[in-house]
Amino acid sequence: MFWASYLLAALAIILAWPAPIALSRAAWPARAPFTAMVLWQSIALAGGLSMIGAMLVWGLEPLGDNLVSASVGFFRILVDEDSAATLGVIHVFAISAATLLFGHLLFTLALTFVRIRRQRRRHRDMLNLLSSPAADQPATLVISHPAPVAYCLPGGARSVTVMSDGLMDLLTRAELDAVLTHENAHLHQRHHLLLWAFAAWRAALPWLPTSRLAQRAVSELIEMLADDEALRHVDEPTLVRAIAIVGSGALPPSRDELDDPLADPLAEPSADHHADRHAVQGRGGTPGAADVTGGTGDAQSTAHRLRRLLTPLPPLSRVQQGLALSTAGMLLVVPPVLLVAPELLG
Amino acid sequence: MATLGDLERTVMDLLWATPEAMNANALRDAIAEAPSGQVGRELAVTTVLTVLSRLEKKGLVERERDSRPHRYRSVTSREDHTAELMHEVLVTAPDREAVLARFIGSVTEAEAETLRKLLGGS
Repeated sequence: MFWASYLLAALAIILAWPAPIALSRAAWPARAPFTAMVLWQSIALAGGLSMIGAMLVWGLEPLGDNLVSASVGFFRILVDEDSAATLGVIHVFAISAATLLFGHLLFTLALTFVRIRRQRRRHRDMLNLLSSPAADQPATLVISHPAPVAYCLPGGARSVTVMSDGLMDLLTRAELDAVLTHENAHLHQRHHLLLWAFAAWRAALPWLPTSRLAQRAVSELIEMLADDEALRHVDEPTLVRAIAIVGSGALPPSRDELDDPLADPLAEPSADHHADRHAVQGRGGTPGAADVTGGTGDAQSTAHRLRRLLTPLPPLSRVQQGLALSTAGMLLVVPPVLLVAPELLG
Repeated sequence: MATLGDLERTVMDLLWATPEAMNANALRDAIAEAPSGQVGRELAVTTVLTVLSRLEKKGLVERERDSRPHRYRSVTSREDHTAELMHEVLVTAPDREAVLARFIGSVTEAEAETLRKLLGGS
């Protein structure tokens, strides 16, 4: 059973570091965003499973030659039928670590879910007071703000897409349609579930390269998927113009004017607005370097999106997509098989 | 029957439109006169007070301590609340990314410049 735990550990290391780095640097995900998304999910799932599995199998080794019989042995120790003397301190340590990691992952997932839902509810509350329904679009709200802003707020049956009237002033009807189909694609394809899972993955293991890279890649891929959906309804120059107009208007507030509500998209940043903005309470700490970093990642993502739309590459061939998808499938099959393999071989 | 959310909205609209503080009675009368048909006209003062206490808990209205009956005013203007909400949307910290999905994330000044050139050239 030792060899199974070492193989699982090797898999965990590969999935925690070299594999996500290679995938995040690869160019092909832009040509097959859906396939890449599946691969990222299997890397995260298999990575977590092999991390926990490696420690569990190693810790249970003295109790049986496969996970099933070892678990039975462990249970007998727990209910005091067998002596715990067969387990060394180091084995108990490995079993505890596996249990803690498993609990930590589940707990962070639940915690992230609660946090996101609470923030969304608060946001929806404020939207209810501040916005009005769009005239000719269902589940779309218009908020009065000069910056060109569009986003969707998921929430089951109460999902909404929000646009600012600044956006409606800047865009033509067709460009607005491009924005709205893009946002609706996020809602229909349930991208918020992916964002939730990968936000939790990152919150649980922030020091692991894979969790950071995966979250960034997933945010980028869902934009590409939504762009592809929008392209079924509008032509590509329209979508590109919409992205360019909104992108050039939605400048991040510069560091010393973080509270400026971004008045005119093309005007010089002015200090007119932000003096009174400081009066608004309820802001915990001024957003600082972390936001700036986040913005840089987004900017790269916008560049990738545009490059992909301006110089479209052919979709990945069926063979290559099949290869990537079977790799994803293998990743999900291998850890469970390794957990019970000694029994299968014996 | 109007939901609490509708009532909150109506009350906030009135408070935002009125520079001075109002008490629950005045608010009830103002709601009755309001042209919008979505909120039932005959509201009990206790209903208005319930709505006001919810809004107070959310930090949207404040009560004048020394007045009887209590008079309420909005904490900040509608514009400030909108600006604050949009600020939350525009300045997305990594841990907030999963809350909502923006059409375009933040872009740098250089990026925006490239985008403007793209627009000018097309």
